[in-house]
Amino acid sequence: MSEKLLTDLSVNEEAEIVKIRGGRGMQGRLRALGLAEGQHVKKLSGVGFGGPVIILINRAQVAIGRGMARRIIVRTDHTNG
Amino acid sequence: MAETWHGVTAKKTNRVSTDILLVGQPNVGKSVLFSRMTGIRTIASNYPGTTVGYTSGRMRFANDIYDVVDAPGTYSLEPLDDAARVAVNLIDDAKRIINVVDATHLERHLTLTLELLAQGKPMVIALNMSDEARHKGIEIDIKKLALRLGVPVIPTVARTGEGVRRLILATLALDIDKQKVPGIGYEKKGGRSVTGHPHILHHPEANHKGHKHIPEQTVWRRVGKVVNDVQTLHHHHHTFGEWLEDASVHPVWGGLVAMLVLAVSFILIRMIGEFLIGGGIGIVGNPWVELPFGTEKLFDVAWKPVMMKLSGLLGEGSFLHNLFIGQLIGGQIDFMQSFGILTSGLFIPLGAVLPYIVSFYFVLGLLEDTGYLPRLAVFLDNVMHRLGLHGYAIIPTLLGLGCNVPGVMATRILETKRQRFITATLISIAVPCAALQAMIIGLVGNRGLWPVALIYGILFVVWILVGLILRFTSKGFRPELLIEIPPYRAPSWRALGSKLWMRVTGFLKEALPVVLGAVVVVNLLYQFNVFAYIARATAPVMSFLWGLPKEAIVPLLVGILRKDVAIGMFAPLNLTIKQLVIGSVVLSMFFPCIATLVILFRELGWKDGLKSIGIMLAAVIVVGALINFLWPG
Repeated sequence: MSEKLLTDLSVNEEAEIVKIRGGRGMQGRLRALGLAEGQHVKKLSGVGFGGPVIILINRAQVAIGRGMARRIIVRTDHTNG
Repeated sequence: MAETWHGVTAKKTNRVSTDILLVGQPNVGKSVLFSRMTGIRTIASNYPGTTVGYTSGRMRFANDIYDVVDAPGTYSLEPLDDAARVAVNLIDDAKRIINVVDATHLERHLTLTLELLAQGKPMVIALNMSDEARHKGIEIDIKKLALRLGVPVIPTVARTGEGVRRLILATLALDIDKQKVPGIGYEKKGGRSVTGHPHILHHPEANHKGHKHIPEQTVWRRVGKVVNDVQTLHHHHHTFGEWLEDASVHPVWGGLVAMLVLAVSFILIRMIGEFLIGGGIGIVGNPWVELPFGTEKLFDVAWKPVMMKLSGLLGEGSFLHNLFIGQLIGGQIDFMQSFGILTSGLFIPLGAVLPYIVSFYFVLGLLEDTGYLPRLAVFLDNVMHRLGLHGYAIIPTLLGLGCNVPGVMATRILETKRQRFITATLISIAVPCAALQAMIIGLVGNRGLWPVALIYGILFVVWILVGLILRFTSKGFRPELLIEIPPYRAPSWRALGSKLWMRVTGFLKEALPVVLGAVVVVNLLYQFNVFAYIARATAPVMSFLWGLPKEAIVPLLVGILRKDVAIGMFAPLNLTIKQLVIGSVVLSMFFPCIATLVILFRELGWKDGLKSIGIMLAAVIVVGALINFLWPG
């Protein structure tokens, strides 16, 4: 088990959202798209060069600006190697 | 995205009770379903006091007429944004609700469904995109879902019309006298029918504050339970569409896809535009196929003889002749140059501009409805960040290429004042509208394709440079991009058609009177020799700075009324290619047309509006002079 930022996930890595560091407005915007603590996400790709991170949540693709993605803390499960 | 089209302005509408209200999250195919139910003629309104648009229309079914309203797409009824607030108000006034749910993303859509159920209105669920769910290997037990939610569930495919009739029947069968959900599938054990809500909603916190609110955690947990219960996932193979989806946001492929899509879009716009004008089919140079019809041919073959007769009757040189027919060029009417009300006044909007309005909005509709635009926004997020914006700002900008008015209005989708200021200012300075582009292509295109390309290129560079300057000079923070990327979809021709119809009629209603007015004003000022005085006064600026003849001030001033009318006035000035390029660039940048100006001030307020105008004036003087001094000859 290790905690990291959403931006630090590698492509196709899956993780669980542990904490969202942000105000009510940001939390609300994220929740509307299904991003909440306890939800599972999979990183699909990053556009690169500081572009948004694209994740899969509930089988929907969501693009998150890098600054916002840096405030989302996730937990990956590495116990199986 | 809230629907925006040509020149929609906020209208006060009287609230009447709605027979059927469509509610759902964005990108669920709600508007396609809506156009299936109501047909093509719908009314677009802006909800009083807000910035969110909704559409209303009438449905004829079994000899009865029903008012149907398409609520703005919202993720939640929690009033976090305007869309949710409007939806809540519309729900209060509705007799029956159709909750449109995406069968491929049941988990996320059911959260809204639960909130809607808590409102206690008679409701049916349209499980839309059932075909897509099948393709993706998602199996949903519909009977069980209806039982768990306590409302009828009808699988639909709005794009093809599958299930729509059943949906309407189920909706009309709802008992609207009892303001509660009907009894289908009530779970008697838990469902205390005092409130009429199925048991799924009952929770100690559910009704606190006297309002219909359910705590977040509870909703997620319950949705999870329902979905686990009714949905089975089968393995399926990666489709070509999904591969394309990945490619279009990929760092390298995304760029190629974006360039390809934009190039194909421009070629399509030009081909369709020229086809409708009657220029034949082709891309560059001489057309491959000549056409016997088209707007330009119609004016030449059918309208010109009538006008020539009228010209004879009125007598060349008389006041009325000058007003209605204008000047004869070599004894003939020239629709671009004569400038009478019945000649240029009709030809410019209907003969030259309308075909491009149709082709532009058709292609824009395709880009919107296939789901490409959000991908473009994601892909361009990087570039736009350098201009102090985020990727979503590309959408108002693209709309601005059709008409600056909806473009500037669409800046409302951006979160901060600073972003709205930068985007709106850039649109009004460096984004030419379709009407102006049509006239540039018509007028400058005669001299070859490269001057046209040069004009576009210069405006693009201006857009970038002014954007960079604004980024470093205006204060405020840059919010982040956060959008859902919908899967690619085959567009519904019906929905495309109805949107195109709305935008084109919107253009005609708004532009036609202004064009005619502008032609009359130009005509009268010309007849009373007013222009000669103005031209003498401004000659130093025109000729020294921009290298234009002194008469060129006239089109620039007329441009404040209508840009397309204005650029037509360059025609009789016998400009060199250099002058034509400078004139077109300066005209594009110099003051937005009056309609855009009004909207710009309304959206930005007086202070920022004036600031925007100041930036525009500085930019146009510098850019015009730079081209003039850097271009030898």
